[in-house]
Amino acid sequence: MLTFVNILVAGLLTGCVYGLMALGLSVIFGVIRIINFAHGAMMVVAMYAVLVSNQKLGLDPLIVMPLTAATLFLAGYALQRVVINRYITRPEHEQFLLLLAISIILTSSTLIAFGPDARNVAVDYAYDSYAIGGVLVDKVRALAALGAIAGVAALWAFFRFTRTGKSIRACADNHVGAEVVGLNVERLYAVTFGIGAACVGASGALLLLLVDVQPYIADDYTLLAFIIVIIGGLGSMPGALLGGLLVGVSEAVSGFLIMPSLKSMFSFGLLIIVLLVRPQGLLGRRA
Amino acid sequence: MKSSISPLASRRVALALALFVAAMLVLPLFAGNYVVSILVVVLFSAYVGQAWNLMMGYAGQLSLGHALYVGLGAYVSSGLFVHYGLPPWIGMLAGMAVAGLAGIAIAALSFRFGVTGVYFALLTIAFAEFTRIAFNHFGWVGGSSGLYLPVVTLTHDDIVHLRGSPRMFYYVLLALTLAALALSHLLLGQRIGFYWRAIREDQEAAQAAGIDVFRYKIAAAALSATMTAIAGTLMAFYDNNLYPDTTFGIGRSIDIITAPIIGGLGTLFGPILGAFVLTTLSETMTSLSASLGVNGLKQWIYGAALLVIVMLQPAGLWPWFKTFLRLDEERR
Repeated sequence: MLTFVNILVAGLLTGCVYGLMALGLSVIFGVIRIINFAHGAMMVVAMYAVLVSNQKLGLDPLIVMPLTAATLFLAGYALQRVVINRYITRPEHEQFLLLLAISIILTSSTLIAFGPDARNVAVDYAYDSYAIGGVLVDKVRALAALGAIAGVAALWAFFRFTRTGKSIRACADNHVGAEVVGLNVERLYAVTFGIGAACVGASGALLLLLVDVQPYIADDYTLLAFIIVIIGGLGSMPGALLGGLLVGVSEAVSGFLIMPSLKSMFSFGLLIIVLLVRPQGLLGRRA
Repeated sequence: MKSSISPLASRRVALALALFVAAMLVLPLFAGNYVVSILVVVLFSAYVGQAWNLMMGYAGQLSLGHALYVGLGAYVSSGLFVHYGLPPWIGMLAGMAVAGLAGIAIAALSFRFGVTGVYFALLTIAFAEFTRIAFNHFGWVGGSSGLYLPVVTLTHDDIVHLRGSPRMFYYVLLALTLAALALSHLLLGQRIGFYWRAIREDQEAAQAAGIDVFRYKIAAAALSATMTAIAGTLMAFYDNNLYPDTTFGIGRSIDIITAPIIGGLGTLFGPILGAFVLTTLSETMTSLSASLGVNGLKQWIYGAALLVIVMLQPAGLWPWFKTFLRLDEERR
């Protein structure tokens, strides 16, 4: 029983990081209505940046996290302004192809730079754990989850209290209305894509504490982010977090009870059921 | 661009097509084995691209999980062949049935529950990935360590058992590609073709006009899945080995749909043109990066080329190519 609680807690903590990653996808879709097929690739780039800073400068991923988020914000902002903005009103398959091309370029760039081998960061607390009432919690997992929660809190405060954040929410609610009252929608879209990218940057730094990085995991994480936001509700922020927690727990439990290699089958199964029973997602609004 | 009801009616188009077919028929007589093996990949891509184009290009339903149908066609026929010695053409029928039913089931579930657009696309990925992981643990077909078809050395091509040289597969695939072209052309002129395009342009208007939208979308999915399964069987007997990760993987689904999009979605010749362009590009890059010894260079240039095409010719290469060949003159 206690083992099961351990597994559950580990799943929830990993789920927090998943939630932050998926939040980026959800924010981008909710506001710009573009499906970011390059999500996983952007994260892999961030993970390699963190890896290099760790190996060359000895920096802890938790310290680099805000910096990665800031860098990816700028990159995402520029990408939206220069390339993606022109595709907002285009058919879905053209948007798909564009982001697929970006994804391939990013993934293969990391492959050229770092090769195909799996790598990870070395932190001296990698094997530490806390015992809380008999439940063992890995220190890296707990810190990663705390980092993710901090990221989510910052995002929540941004959308709730700042003028830009409120304007972005206005854009998402009513595009035409936002333009009518004089909001610079193009700039707000760029900020939104930047924020989505920043989520990916931050979660990439945190995830590197938990998993190895290699170029080919990009597609897996893109799919994982899709699963999470669909389960929670595409465009819903609390939904992305709930989805992240659910998938984190589902992966941990199915990996423990059945077989680790089957864990993503359960996630996809969960996705299929949610899509068929409640296509708008658990916390999503009907379009 | 989409005004043409019957592009083959144009004389110049018919002539160009006849020249193309003639060239494709005699090409293997002169080309070496390497070129033929690449053309097999081109034709595979052209054929599957056309099958996918029926569903997306004409009926407007975006499937991002077509690898599922390739995989079912491949695994059903190979499994029956390896375990029971069933001839591939009969196994192919079984594979087509299984894939067709899967296509119907997925489409019926989605459309009945109102899952459309992006959500439908993601659902198709989910089903393909679900099946991929399931097959990784499916012992009857070898699981993740793969399914191997017994290879026999033959002095001649055995088309009945689909054992033979790349040339034999080339001609089989060429026949299929031309058959798919003829079928697409035929269907576009029929009631079903008009209904599909009506649904693609405006589903609600189509429904208001009395079209049974649900039924015609299911028909598109069923036909597309069944046709795709044929290619799966051929691929299995050509490669002689199958792995769930490559057969059902998202990478294959993406490969399937890039050629028709690049070629020109919803056009008759787009998938074929796209297959030639992308396969040639990919093969050139493979040999280039092999000679340079740089990991990932191939994918990088491939991605960059995709980016350039989608930025310069978002409607695909065929509309541009058609003007270039002056094939659209007569209709002006």
